[in-house]
Amino acid sequence: MTAKTVFDDVETLKKELIRCMKCGNCMSVCPVYGVEQKESSVARGKIALGEAILDDKIDIDDETLVKLIFNCLVCKSCMLACPSGVRYDRIILGLRAAIAKKKGLPFIKKVLFGLLKNPELFDKGMKAFATMQGLFLKHEEQKVRTPRGLLRQFGKRFDEEFLLPEISKESFRDTVQELEDVEDAQATAIFFTGCSVNYFYPEVGNDLIYVLKKNKVRVITPRKQNCCGMPVMVHGDIDTARELAKKNIDIFEKVNAGYIITVCGSCGSALKHEYPIILEGDTTYEEKAKKWADNVYDISTFLLKIIKFEPPKGEIHLKVTYHDSCHLKKSMTVFNEPRQLLKMIPGITLIEMKKPDMCCGSGGSYHLTHPDTALKIAQSKAEDIKQTQADVVCTGCPACMMQLFESIHRWDNSCKVLHTVNLLAQSYKSEEKENV
Amino acid sequence: MIDDGFIKKCKDIFGPENVLTDKAELITYSYDATPGIPSEIPGVVVFPQNTKQIQELISFARQTKTPIYPRGAGTCLSGGPVPLSKGVVISFQRMNKIIEIDADNLTATVQPGVIISDLNSAVSKYGLIYPPDPGSMATATVGGSVAENSGGLRGLKYGVTKHYIMGMEVVLPTGEIFRYGGKTVKNVTAYDFTSLFVGSEGTLGIITEIICKLIPAPKYYKSMIAFFDRIEDAGKTVTDIIRAHVIPATLEIMDKVTIQTVENYAKVGLPVDAEALLLIEVDGMGKDSVDWEAEKCLEIIKENNGKAKVAQTAQERDSIWTARRAALPALAQVKPATILEDATVPRTKIVEMLAAISNISKKYNIMIGTFGHAGDGNLHPTLLIDPLNKDELERVNKAIDEIFEVALSFGGTLSGEHGIGVAKLKYLKNEIGKSGIKTMRRIKQALDPDNILNPAKLVPVED
Repeated sequence: MTAKTVFDDVETLKKELIRCMKCGNCMSVCPVYGVEQKESSVARGKIALGEAILDDKIDIDDETLVKLIFNCLVCKSCMLACPSGVRYDRIILGLRAAIAKKKGLPFIKKVLFGLLKNPELFDKGMKAFATMQGLFLKHEEQKVRTPRGLLRQFGKRFDEEFLLPEISKESFRDTVQELEDVEDAQATAIFFTGCSVNYFYPEVGNDLIYVLKKNKVRVITPRKQNCCGMPVMVHGDIDTARELAKKNIDIFEKVNAGYIITVCGSCGSALKHEYPIILEGDTTYEEKAKKWADNVYDISTFLLKIIKFEPPKGEIHLKVTYHDSCHLKKSMTVFNEPRQLLKMIPGITLIEMKKPDMCCGSGGSYHLTHPDTALKIAQSKAEDIKQTQADVVCTGCPACMMQLFESIHRWDNSCKVLHTVNLLAQSYKSEEKENV
Repeated sequence: MIDDGFIKKCKDIFGPENVLTDKAELITYSYDATPGIPSEIPGVVVFPQNTKQIQELISFARQTKTPIYPRGAGTCLSGGPVPLSKGVVISFQRMNKIIEIDADNLTATVQPGVIISDLNSAVSKYGLIYPPDPGSMATATVGGSVAENSGGLRGLKYGVTKHYIMGMEVVLPTGEIFRYGGKTVKNVTAYDFTSLFVGSEGTLGIITEIICKLIPAPKYYKSMIAFFDRIEDAGKTVTDIIRAHVIPATLEIMDKVTIQTVENYAKVGLPVDAEALLLIEVDGMGKDSVDWEAEKCLEIIKENNGKAKVAQTAQERDSIWTARRAALPALAQVKPATILEDATVPRTKIVEMLAAISNISKKYNIMIGTFGHAGDGNLHPTLLIDPLNKDELERVNKAIDEIFEVALSFGGTLSGEHGIGVAKLKYLKNEIGKSGIKTMRRIKQALDPDNILNPAKLVPVED
């Protein structure tokens, strides 16, 4: 049984809303406000709308209000700039949950989120799409797809320049052993892959396993793991998010491992921060969620702080710039460790871009629902990256990778997009070659 | 007041994409950063791009007697931009171009919506600064801070906004466009309009262009932190430093409540048994003079039984200012809401003022942490409250009344840097008297005969 949380009863938001003193500091960091320059774009404006709902000044299903409440990347930048510690994530997700409850989910979301709840069906769907992707997506170069007219019907975002990494015909979890064992293991960890790695970036998953095994870590990749729930949570579908969270926790409970490793800022953030919040008061799951939350680590933290790390010695001569994934930095507070890792790789020069922690404009599905604003955010990110003249932009989140890859091509840059583990693996591999 | 005709006119003038009319959008323009004042939803919000549009709007508003509320970023702490009688909000968020930086004449010409820290980053390329640095400078606009005559941390040495405004373009409430001033250091032509329009809180004219004065960025600085067992010693240190003719760029104080709360929250290593601490930074163009000033401060701190620590590295300097920046966030953690006041007294009265605030805190059983700009007597007693507790709110109001009463009794002022707006309107007479209010009304009447510009702010309508 679940107690009344901000996701179940909008009235409980009152104690969160009154913490906001309307100072407006959030304006200085909000990517959406930076583009749109109006009060409703920023956290303070949305908090005011929350207050207006509770004061009966406006209906929660007011058409404009709904649009405004969904016009947020949930990047959490504002929470870092907030002097009074307003828990904006609870506010915005609580409001969206209340809206979803009152209005019901739009048809398309209902279908998609329903699929997510059923991992087998979802998997079949993704694979079906992978075989049919030629119908919607035009093959450009290897592993890059750009949309044909058919997909363009779905919105402005899918213009001729839109690029997408190819969906793997075989999902990552289909290709790996559930247990990747090593001799003299120093730890055993669950790999929570996330959907993007599973379907779009299997090489990130492969490199992660390779890097962990190099460091004598036994890796368990439960095949049946579900979506982390973040994509449905941000759309207000709290019931599905809870169901996914519980299913995932059940899976973790069955595995005998001390840690969960993530390679995606959003998945990590869901497991570490959102699960304990959405399962608050749940007699069966609250404690379990908290226990696992304490043991979730981004790969970079895990390598540097939890285990004895063997730095790679193979040289790679590359200029690399690092983009902070919002959820990795602002939710998981991981920003030093990836840079430390990159600096440890011989031959890599780390060049910081202007605002490395400015959002890339992805926001999961925000770039699809709000293409105009997202493109402007993406453009300034692409320009900041271009200025560094780096060969590689590296990040710790596959959702950012997709967006960066897209915007880098759109604004004429040839720089490669890689995950931190890709570079680590590359260095270990070149070390092996050197030794041969 | 705002009917379909008015909205159509707005859309004609500004373009439909620069006009907000949906209720949900309008709600987000019903407040600023001031706690405990009434809010009201405007009839329409417009985003001008140029002066001509504003002139057209004013002419139309005058015909229809529609109140006009200019607004920057809405970080005001006295209610300035709140549209109390509905009407039209002119938001300058999108009129935000830096028109010119003239490094040789040491000026920058800007549109009102430019964010203060953006102006500073732009002029830093020339080794220059625009000194006014209100706490909200990362979001607040130049236009808003000119209208409110904002201060900041560097006020003691560098002065406040009014000292850095050399000229303006203003659209008057009659619809005329008026320019005064320019790039010359000396200009005594006509009345001193800077003194009239800076701090006029949007009641006399709409500022559409501003010529700002810039100064060279100081090359050297030294920061230190000093702890005292007696608040009197901290207070005497402040006056002794000035008496020794050292003018620090920043000279900040924190009382015991604030020290304990900051330490509890930020764990920066402050001694929680200290009664007060001072944060001091001296700066300048020459290393020797900065070193001399720092030495002098250290001597004086010692004479007054203080223990000082000088920042030796950039990192140590950062940690000193982290403690200062943590003051408000830390206090804000204690209770759901905070009321930040800015009653100001002559610097020789700081100790008495701190004691008085502490007594008021006890008398009304309200937790008050006081920190602020000791060097210029501008204190920020911060009342920690729970807005849902009605009984507490009543006590808070009484406590605030009394804080202003003592500030005035010490020869101080109601507001050092936040402005009067609506928040302090009822106290105004206590400071400037009936004749002062009459004078203000005459000025308002002369410039805004129809009373359409930010009505019922700054100038009391009724006695």
